Amino acid sequence: MATQEKLKLALYWAASCGGCEIAMVELREKLLIVDQVAEILFWPVAVDVKYKDVEAMPEKHIDVCLFNGAIRTSENEHMAHLMRKKSKVLVAFGSCAHEGCIPGLANLYDRDSIFEYAYRESPSVDNPGNFVPQTAYSLPEGEVHIPKFYNTVKTLAQTVEVDYFLPGCPPQPHQIWAVIEAILAGNLPPKGSVVGANEKTVCEECKHTRQEKKIKKFYRIHEMIPDSTQCLFDQGIICAGPATRGGCGSLCTKVDMPCRGCYGPPPHVVDQGAALLSAVASVVDADTEEEAARIVGGIADPVGTFYRFGLPSSLLHRSQLGKK
Amino acid sequence: MTEKTFEPRIIGFLCNWCTYTAADTAGVSRMEQPANVDVIRVMCTGRIEPSFILKAFAEGADGVIVSGCHPPGDCHYTNGNFKTFRRMPLLEALLAQFGIEKDRFHWGWISGAEAPRWAQLARDFTEKVRSIGPLNWSRQLASKED
Amino acid sequence: MQKISIDPVTRLEGHGRIDIFLNDAGEVVNAYMVIPELRGFEKFAQGRRVEELTDITPRICGVCPEAHHLASTKACDAVFHVDPPPTAKKLRELFYSAFYVADHTVHFYILGGPDFVMGPDAPVAERNILGVIHKAGVETGTRVIQARGKAMDIIGMLGGRKIHPTFGLPGGVGKALTEEERQQIEATAREEIEFALFTLQLFRDIVLKNPIYMDLILSEAFTLPTYYMGTVDAKNRVNFYDGQIRVVDPEGKEFIKYSPKDYLDVIAERVEPWTYLKFPYLKKVGWKGLVPGKDNGIYQATPLSRLNAADGMATPRAQEAYEEMYKTFGKKPIHNLLATHWARLVELLYAAERLLELATDPEITNPHVRNIPTEKPTEGVGTVEAPRGTLTHHYVTDEKGLVTKANLVVGTTNNYAPISLAIKKAAQAVIQKGQKIQEGMLNRVEMAFRLYDPCFGCATHSLPGRMPLEVRLFDPAGNLREVLKRNMD
Repeated sequence: MATQEKLKLALYWAASCGGCEIAMVELREKLLIVDQVAEILFWPVAVDVKYKDVEAMPEKHIDVCLFNGAIRTSENEHMAHLMRKKSKVLVAFGSCAHEGCIPGLANLYDRDSIFEYAYRESPSVDNPGNFVPQTAYSLPEGEVHIPKFYNTVKTLAQTVEVDYFLPGCPPQPHQIWAVIEAILAGNLPPKGSVVGANEKTVCEECKHTRQEKKIKKFYRIHEMIPDSTQCLFDQGIICAGPATRGGCGSLCTKVDMPCRGCYGPPPHVVDQGAALLSAVASVVDADTEEEAARIVGGIADPVGTFYRFGLPSSLLHRSQLGKK
Repeated sequence: MTEKTFEPRIIGFLCNWCTYTAADTAGVSRMEQPANVDVIRVMCTGRIEPSFILKAFAEGADGVIVSGCHPPGDCHYTNGNFKTFRRMPLLEALLAQFGIEKDRFHWGWISGAEAPRWAQLARDFTEKVRSIGPLNWSRQLASKED
Repeated sequence: MQKISIDPVTRLEGHGRIDIFLNDAGEVVNAYMVIPELRGFEKFAQGRRVEELTDITPRICGVCPEAHHLASTKACDAVFHVDPPPTAKKLRELFYSAFYVADHTVHFYILGGPDFVMGPDAPVAERNILGVIHKAGVETGTRVIQARGKAMDIIGMLGGRKIHPTFGLPGGVGKALTEEERQQIEATAREEIEFALFTLQLFRDIVLKNPIYMDLILSEAFTLPTYYMGTVDAKNRVNFYDGQIRVVDPEGKEFIKYSPKDYLDVIAERVEPWTYLKFPYLKKVGWKGLVPGKDNGIYQATPLSRLNAADGMATPRAQEAYEEMYKTFGKKPIHNLLATHWARLVELLYAAERLLELATDPEITNPHVRNIPTEKPTEGVGTVEAPRGTLTHHYVTDEKGLVTKANLVVGTTNNYAPISLAIKKAAQAVIQKGQKIQEGMLNRVEMAFRLYDPCFGCATHSLPGRMPLEVRLFDPAGNLREVLKRNMD
């Protein structure tokens, strides 16, 4: 290993929360091995390399770029194009880059309505100038620029060509390590593949006992105390497990909380929300239209439940612009 | 520039045994109906995944119809249509959250013997969608200046 | 006018850019901390099931998801008018104490530490965790990873996932503690106390005993008197999980003590058109712009602020460390910004001691950890002390418990105005007329930002150095699996 050239690695975050960075730290001692085998050329959270240094790099200088975060602003978009240009392999790392994740829920609104609330309507706001942020503003000393905030959150693959997808919010450390090992060994699947995850759903990893499902009533998490050994979905708690790719170890159901779907759709499923909606409705225990409508009518906020992580990557991508 | 009347593009998912047969009969019998409905024949409405309807809207449909055999007794597969009436109300609630007008989506039951009802539905639904206007879903994602 | 941009700011969480404006003589006229990001959580929370905000809001920050998770859970308790059983509250605080241990450890050793421990003008290649390990020793590095890891294991035990754990919900927590788990936590807590004491000693040895660092700490460039905010218990001692919010003025006199639900009477958030982030300030004092002064309602909410706003710590050894710090500076409140790093270590010790207290509480394994809400949901506020400042979640719902309005005042946001003042002060102190601008100068300007540990306590190392390093990997059975060496025999 000492004679091999070090892997030139870059990590970047767009519209994200930093959880994917912490996931790298959760590699714990293994991160010191990464230090042995890789040279980190760009990682704003940890290294004092600046944007101008990346702009100055030759094309395809970086071997692998792990890009997390969704594309929310013009700066995120610019960086997606920049990292694509400078990297041989670009990985959509984590749910935000992969499918939009939680910031993607903003696709139920638009720039104007978000700005209106954040800067004018919110109860603690003080805004005598009635401002909203401007992409260019003249201060006494000079002009200050901020990126444009787009109406719609996009995934990395909706912006540039992506080589691999590593799902999860965030990806679990053991999965990240498996992918790093595959990269070092030159052992990656065909381009466009999902890596660091299983081929079946979360249910396969979950230890709760599953019976035939016949739901008479749906419960929200605070409305009942579930039996720890039985499938949560059987008990009427909507669990995204059946429509979510496995590989995380089913950590949430382990502590009796339902899966919310952060690993994205299982293989061959194009729209995770629609798949989950279909699964949930199909097992409703109703033999008349009225009864069925009544039971599924008890599901509050379908879009927020079924499309929690995958709204931007879904078939419709966002709610209709211009509609209230 | 001449102004063209908006011709709605409607996708109809019809079950083979009931509504497709009705639509076929309506056609053969020359019952008057607009050309706006593109029919996709499925063996049972229970085969219809909600994603089909979403994909139809995403890819240019202005309206979508789902129609099959009357519950509780007519389904060729006994209870395929039970799945349908469990899924469709939830899909309607979802479409509302996406801001897709309620009148753009119709689901119901038309038996093989009810050809005139099919023709009527095709006429009425086309006019209703025409009055709402085009959906043109892909437009809102296209702009780089978004 | 000339403009220098530091873009992006590095070794912190989130995105930022510092624009420094110089006049023709080369003097700094002004410096702006520009925040170019926004995601819109307050808006897209509308329409969501309120209890799901306990899983949605942690995605504001993957470094302190536990803070958002608990603030959200408490807000949901209030929305549903449900009081969790005592054991549930203790478990939440236990969970939170473990998080504080992990988070403060990481910030000191990996993020803020390098500037402070290595010195502000150290070469970029050394100004990182490896430089810190070189100074403090390889064993320390391993110890840091393990100390953080064991605290994170407690998070995973209770919340499933270690990042974005799901533990709290309206009316309680998702699982109770078994005796076996309790013993494991108790053992970890004892180790963490030793680790915190060790870290404080390291700080004394490397920083306090070095006159150059002490000069830096005491320098005017890094001094900023403001109001100070923190949560305190009934005896005015620091508490991270619950209590009243207390603000003291720059002289240390209590300015206000309020209940979290009254936050709108106390703070407002100023909007400026050149940045996406808002500037909270004390309403009763007023907003005078980004200028220093006692008549300006700018306040800090940091570990130092919490210690300044409190009368002491609630555990014995942390109290000793608290007294030592104030004795060293000879006054209270302390206005020296870099003392925030020291205050953070006092809190680290408190968190470890509190973890032990809770792990040995006779009620902690009680299986009754949930009360089912019975009342209709309406409105509620929940706050905790995030490591980076007081965190407030405020939700309004309809009768079905769907959110109609959400307002969040987040830890680091509290500090946006003081950060802006601090970087301007640092820029004016380090960039002098006629001098060529060096990279180290710009780093000093960034240091004025980094001490706040803005929402990200966890960088890991930066790697251009070639320092000697030996890593030993053990399997779960304790067998030595691999030894990796670099520049060592």
